[in-house]
Amino acid sequence: MMNRNNCRQRRRAKKLYLVAALLPVFFCLPCFTCLAADTDDMGYRIAREADRRASGFGDFTAEMEMILRNRQGRESHRRIRIRAMETENDGDKSLTIFDSPADVKGTALLTHSHKSGDDDQWLYLPALKRVKRISSRNKSGAFMGSEFSYEDLGSLEIEKYTYKYLGEDSLNGHDCFMLERYPKDKKNSGYSRIVSWLDQDEYRLWKEEYYDKRKRLLKTLTLGDYQRYLKTIWRVRFMHMVNHQTGKETDLIWSNFFFRTRLSSKDFNKNSLKRAR
Amino acid sequence: MTRAIQVVTCVAMVFFLFSSAENGNTTELTGSATLEGRLFPHSPAYQNQKDQNGSLALVAELYQGFPSGSSAIISPFVRFDSSDPQRTHFDFRELNFFYLGESWELTTGISRVYWGATEFVHLVDIINQADLVESLDGEDKLGQPMLHLAVIRDWGVVEGFLLPYFRERTFPGKNGRLRGPLVTDTSQAIYESGAGQHHIDIAARYSCTIGMCDLGISQFIGTGREPTLITGTNISGEHVLIPYYPQISQTGIDLQMADGEWLWKGEAIYRSGQSRSFAAATIGFEYTMYGLFRSAMDLGMIGEYIFDDRDETVSTPYDNDLMAGLRWTWNDVDDTNLLVGIIKDLENPSLILTLEGSRRLGESAKVEVTAVFFAETSENDPVYFFRDDDFIKVEIIIYF
Repeated sequence: MMNRNNCRQRRRAKKLYLVAALLPVFFCLPCFTCLAADTDDMGYRIAREADRRASGFGDFTAEMEMILRNRQGRESHRRIRIRAMETENDGDKSLTIFDSPADVKGTALLTHSHKSGDDDQWLYLPALKRVKRISSRNKSGAFMGSEFSYEDLGSLEIEKYTYKYLGEDSLNGHDCFMLERYPKDKKNSGYSRIVSWLDQDEYRLWKEEYYDKRKRLLKTLTLGDYQRYLKTIWRVRFMHMVNHQTGKETDLIWSNFFFRTRLSSKDFNKNSLKRAR
Repeated sequence: MTRAIQVVTCVAMVFFLFSSAENGNTTELTGSATLEGRLFPHSPAYQNQKDQNGSLALVAELYQGFPSGSSAIISPFVRFDSSDPQRTHFDFRELNFFYLGESWELTTGISRVYWGATEFVHLVDIINQADLVESLDGEDKLGQPMLHLAVIRDWGVVEGFLLPYFRERTFPGKNGRLRGPLVTDTSQAIYESGAGQHHIDIAARYSCTIGMCDLGISQFIGTGREPTLITGTNISGEHVLIPYYPQISQTGIDLQMADGEWLWKGEAIYRSGQSRSFAAATIGFEYTMYGLFRSAMDLGMIGEYIFDDRDETVSTPYDNDLMAGLRWTWNDVDDTNLLVGIIKDLENPSLILTLEGSRRLGESAKVEVTAVFFAETSENDPVYFFRDDDFIKVEIIIYF
């Protein structure tokens, strides 16, 4: 599959190159940019549609288990709970509560994500009963030592990327859109680009490839076990991330989704962070 | 007042114990056991002090959550120490009932509250007494009986505290290290207030978030947590230090701000009632480099400065000091991290080096190593007392 996509991309690039070479320079330049603008626009429109379909949940709570596996196959487990809500004109608010391993039990992370600019983040340290503001710039850092980074798990605000439509592809029996996104915050993101496969019927994400800043393939994410909630919202329940450069893997297993649980902004302030259990 | 809080807490506790079978309630019992070994490589400066100690600390937490968001908690703590009887002690870290209202919260019973922003010295934090025998940094606190009301509004949080019973600071005993030539005799503690430990202290705090800034303003009126140590004699006629707890008023302000990779922190206090009025302030930053050398590792740099306008006779070693730290986080499966710190007095040659490292062992244990070196100790600085007290501490924590 990968090879076919690569071939297709290369063929398309070659075609473009040929077209460009055949045209006089004064005509070629505007044409090339308008072609690029088209694929950009298409990419953005797909991302926006996927975002539109994934939103409107209001609020939800869920549980997640992480299974970290090193190259030798040694496993390590983490359990966390997540509460999140959408806000009117800004990014989502979320509360992440750590249940295991035992030494981090009771630690909680509050995030107010923003459509533009840095997110606000606070960490609650139960041993000291202390709420500490932390820098949200740590996008490329490993989340709890896993192969998922903060930016992989954070609220995906479409404004934080630029997009390019790559074409169509078939994956696991789904006709998919392939698109590429580029982080606008180049300095703090761990990626140069991310290639995504979304099915054309429901705009669900099935696969992503992450390229590091040296443009080498870093990680591949595959997703599955989608379940529909509130008639329209699809939620993934299994995510598998492989780091090709280290051989390490992480599985994420989501469970116990509850939607519209009447969470409000009162459940996402520093006081609620302190009493989160 | 004390009686009233005791009664309310007892009623709440009984309610909590008998209601645990109800639907929607969550009961949790967690805890940990810490095995600690401390080694002091230099022979002691004062008589009776030991070169090493082994110690076991147990902490348990029984939590009961109600569907309404209210909860009750009982958290006893006990330490057994092989060489210093003063370190062998018991405390209720928490024993309270927490009521969650529509936009307010009420805690009644023994609880812990943290105020402040900086990493090395904690000026503003005053509600709970330091459990000094636990650690030198004062981050371990004794449980404080309180009635604590927090009103949460869009424009900030207003909190009021009634503190009906005073907790005395713990001090190392005759056999303990990290003390001066005279042992502090806590049994003779004296108070400025005629009510002694039963003086009702009050405190208030306003805190809010403005953009990327967290701000807190606090006021405390009551028995000072930090005693003035005066010389006296004990029943056997030996010279000792006697803690004197004055009535003080302390105004505090704390600030933390995130600006990209930079975190800015500051705390300042103004205290009156303890000899002459004085002010103290600490400011600092934390800057983190993420993904060091294209790895998952982070390296954080911490820089803080403290100024305290009290003269040298007072118990603080931090009068005009610069602190710097490097925090190395591996971001690996075992959560390995290392913090190396240096505290330099700017007026005398005193220099302290600290090292703290920790790493998870399997899924439910952790090892922590702490080392403190009093590299240079000026006779004009209270750290002079600790000149032979360099130590290495290893702790194994097992969670259950």
